Amino acid sequence: MDLYTEGDPIADTRAPDGPVETRWERHRFEMKLVNPANRRKMTVIVVGTGLAGGSAAATLAEQGYQVRSYCYQDSPRRAHSIAAQGGINAAKNYRNDGDSVHRLFYDTVKGGDFRSRESNVHRLAEVSVNIIDQCVAQGVPFAREYGGLLDTRSFGGAQVQRTFYARGQTGQQLLLGAYQALERQIGLGNVEMNARHEMLELVLVDGRARGIVVRDMVTGEISTEMADAVVLASGGYGNVFYLSTNAKGCNVTASWRAHRKGAYFANPCYTQIHPTCIPVSGDHQSKLTLMSESLRNDGRVWVPKAKGDQRSPREIPEDERDYYLERIYPSFGNLVPRDIASRAAKNVCDSGRGVGPTGLGVYLDFADAINRLGRKAIEAKYGNLFEMYERITGEDPYEVPMRIYPAVHYTMGGLWVDYDLQSSIPGLFVIGEANFSDHGANRLGASALMQGLADGYFVLPNTLANYLASSGPLDKVDASHPEAVAARTEVEDRIKRLLAINGDRTVDSFHRELGQIMWEHCGMERSEAGLRKAIDEIRALREQFWQRVRVPGDGEGLNQSLEKAGRVADFFELAELMCIDALHREESCGGHFRAEHQTPDGEAQRDDDRFAYVAAWEYTGTGEPVLHKEDLTFEYVHPTQRSYK
Amino acid sequence: MAVTGIILVLFLILHMLGNLKIFTGETSFDHYAHWLRDIGTPLLPTTWFLWIQRTVLTAAVLGHIGAATVLAMRSRAARPVKYAHRRKIHVNYAARTMRWGGVIILLFVIYHILDLTTGHLNPQGDPSNPYGNVVAGFAPERWYVTLFYTLALVTLGFHLRHGAFSAFRSLGQQTPKGERRARIAALVFAVALVGGYLLVPFAVITGLVA
Amino acid sequence: MNLTLRIWRQHGPEDKGRMVTYPVQDVSPDMSFLEMLDVLNERLILDGEEPIAFDHDCREGICGMCSLMINGEAHGPQRGTTACQLHMRQFSDGDTIDIEPWRARAFPVVKDLVVNRNAFDQIIAAGGYVTAPTGSAPEAHSVPVPKADADAAFESAACIGCGACVAACPNGSGMLFTAAKITQLSLLPQGQPERYTRVIGMVDAHDEAGFGGCTNIGECASACPKGIPLNTIGRLNRDYLKATAKRAGS
Repeated sequence: MDLYTEGDPIADTRAPDGPVETRWERHRFEMKLVNPANRRKMTVIVVGTGLAGGSAAATLAEQGYQVRSYCYQDSPRRAHSIAAQGGINAAKNYRNDGDSVHRLFYDTVKGGDFRSRESNVHRLAEVSVNIIDQCVAQGVPFAREYGGLLDTRSFGGAQVQRTFYARGQTGQQLLLGAYQALERQIGLGNVEMNARHEMLELVLVDGRARGIVVRDMVTGEISTEMADAVVLASGGYGNVFYLSTNAKGCNVTASWRAHRKGAYFANPCYTQIHPTCIPVSGDHQSKLTLMSESLRNDGRVWVPKAKGDQRSPREIPEDERDYYLERIYPSFGNLVPRDIASRAAKNVCDSGRGVGPTGLGVYLDFADAINRLGRKAIEAKYGNLFEMYERITGEDPYEVPMRIYPAVHYTMGGLWVDYDLQSSIPGLFVIGEANFSDHGANRLGASALMQGLADGYFVLPNTLANYLASSGPLDKVDASHPEAVAARTEVEDRIKRLLAINGDRTVDSFHRELGQIMWEHCGMERSEAGLRKAIDEIRALREQFWQRVRVPGDGEGLNQSLEKAGRVADFFELAELMCIDALHREESCGGHFRAEHQTPDGEAQRDDDRFAYVAAWEYTGTGEPVLHKEDLTFEYVHPTQRSYK
Repeated sequence: MAVTGIILVLFLILHMLGNLKIFTGETSFDHYAHWLRDIGTPLLPTTWFLWIQRTVLTAAVLGHIGAATVLAMRSRAARPVKYAHRRKIHVNYAARTMRWGGVIILLFVIYHILDLTTGHLNPQGDPSNPYGNVVAGFAPERWYVTLFYTLALVTLGFHLRHGAFSAFRSLGQQTPKGERRARIAALVFAVALVGGYLLVPFAVITGLVA
Repeated sequence: MNLTLRIWRQHGPEDKGRMVTYPVQDVSPDMSFLEMLDVLNERLILDGEEPIAFDHDCREGICGMCSLMINGEAHGPQRGTTACQLHMRQFSDGDTIDIEPWRARAFPVVKDLVVNRNAFDQIIAAGGYVTAPTGSAPEAHSVPVPKADADAAFESAACIGCGACVAACPNGSGMLFTAAKITQLSLLPQGQPERYTRVIGMVDAHDEAGFGGCTNIGECASACPKGIPLNTIGRLNRDYLKATAKRAGS
């Protein structure tokens, strides 16, 4: 293809061989250790304080390293992990319902549509059980049974009840647990916390990650922080779509800056679109709100059979409604996986049968459930969700059906990492949603929290020690090192450049337009023509951005427009790479659906012969990235076509 | 705050019960009033106990005011810049009027002492005949005195209602059920105490006690 | 609908600050309060003025970043709702709306409506945790927790650390925030070993940060978007008294 070139395949992922059950155990034994007395002489930078970053920073500090932690929010407790609702998976098998580490491993590989690494996923399943122990010890108030033991539920169509939860606020409670452990280390002086600081550049010395350039968002001061290793835990890039369920501040800048310095970016086109979000209400829309997936357990999804039916939903008689999920997928019905439910909603709306003022919505109707179980029972199960819906839309879902529409929710792609969670830059580790590992092309419900905490509490602290021990004492470097000075100058120049444009459009107007392009062409359904068009449009818009954006104020002090401008500038570059990745992957898998590659009845069609690999992209600066393939082999879970009919 | 408050509350209860003796007649009431000066005799010389009690009460009042002042100063320091738009009040009025209510009560107590203890502001002012002083003080033509007493006592009621609830809280009341009980108990107590006090002036003004 | 906004503008921590009036037209009732501010900011930028700085992030009521005093009420008129989830249908055409930052010495203004709530982190760092280094945890089921305790602990743990309690408190006290964490951890068996050192540490940190004292008024609980109950403060007081007695006794 004309848009990229292909480089050498990735030869070594450092994944041990042998039986999958013993790989992590053996690897842990073979890894080198750092003497406790030496740990306190070593500094580690952790960017981001979500489940992954918070737990990693706390754990590394407990082990004795000097940790410097950074987040853009005003407190580490506010990272977007806090918004996760559903729960966290763990192979505890407390229900005696046939769950096991192997089954969680199997489900995750299969759920990821056979685009993840078996060894990583198995390790994830193994440590999942330790996570629950750890969180309970911290005082996380998980839901419990009357006997005082932990309650679990089935989530996202799983056939076993392995999801632990704390009402609809599991992410919040897990994050606060990690945050409290982190605050303890801050109080003890082992972690230097820098809130309202944004990483704007990575510093490499002799090819190793040795520091970052950060901007103090309150004073505007740019500083260079040096360390022995850098850990990125800066989250996903769903906000490239402008509208998503991510927090407004979520951004790709830390990852993208690392990518520009040589870290490969893997599978950027794998994005998860959540089917049950509150639809857009107008041009002013700034973000989308997720309604828990559990609503599909009792709600029935439908649209009118006739195009452009303007009647109120209660006036549409039963035989003029199309319960399309129940019709197309009789055995799973309203509970089909996220990607399938999302695409089906898009299809009916594209055919002109969408509901609500914008025509981009479908009904999620509880009338049957209320008749069957009574209003009281529905209230007990979903009361808080119904309230939230009413607050946002002004409609009472007990009386009129909810309107829902899919929205971008999670990004499976991210910086490429090896088995040790180290990127292609030595000394740069990437954890949580920011990396690409574990979820393949589609993430299962309640697995994001599991991966974030697995990386932060149990994997990284081991593998990072191995790196620090193996690389020997690194040269002492400070901010005056020429590489550090160069990185800092780049940051300062970029800020000056953004402030100097003084054009006639706001940052948000560009971001919104970029989001529309991405949603249209790189969203739920992608096609070659659409993606090519998108790439042209993105390039043109990016050029406009650098000529016409207006960033008011100056670099001194708090300047929220300047922060946004820097992030949107990076989203432009990422967006192009996402489209290139989507274009090159001529198959449909998980969250990536190519219109050209579907079965006769419209289901995703994988091409394991050509595409059973991780696409790791190298930045070249010319606009033509280099593709490095990491072949995926499946020894334990054999690829099959998913079917939910 | 809670400890000094409790001392003052105990005094208020005894004082109110004593006041009600007025309904047992002039002789009995005067006898009671004089007895107050003799408590503790012959172990202590006359009025010694009274002065001990006065000292304790004064200390409690000063302690109470001192603690309130410290809290008020902390509050002031805790919000150096005020809101331009006055904060809306959501919870009960009693809690929000503790400080000004306290000042009003203090002024009232000073008046009350000059009126019925030292007799300086009382139309009769005869230390040997407290009954007569009360009757003269609340005489119908001096309705404004009764009005002032009433307002002050209602203020005291509010003060006690929140004060009593707050004391429960400060001493560790912690369950939702306990909170409901504490709120009800505080209300009942405040109403009973204020009612008990108001009986006397109203009995005088209506001629029930003459 | 058309509205008149009066917004606190303060260039930086040293600036004196003032209320500035901004008319806004054609506000949709479906907009969230923050989206209405976004629209105003877009206009200000194009008019060559500085946009209004305000804190926000998740915009779904859970991160606790948004912090607006709206017409004298923390997070605005709707109970149990953060400013980011407040929608304009709660207001009427022609309304004048005053928007101010949280006011407290412990929460100094950074710029316009943005304040620094680091004091809350310091309170947590002073004891709002269970010491359980990674890897040291026993099997999760080794200690059962009665469901009622777990549920009550959750109720307190739902605190989002937004600071509305401080903003609404006439005394500028952060006691509800402090009490929420103390209650969560003192209800659970995991929190027992550090129960009394925790309460002393956190209350001391609270007082040192410059928050006012609690006089049990209850405005905090009424303003709390997550419904943290006032009786958590009773629990804090009880633990504090016991801790003080223990300290005196030892």
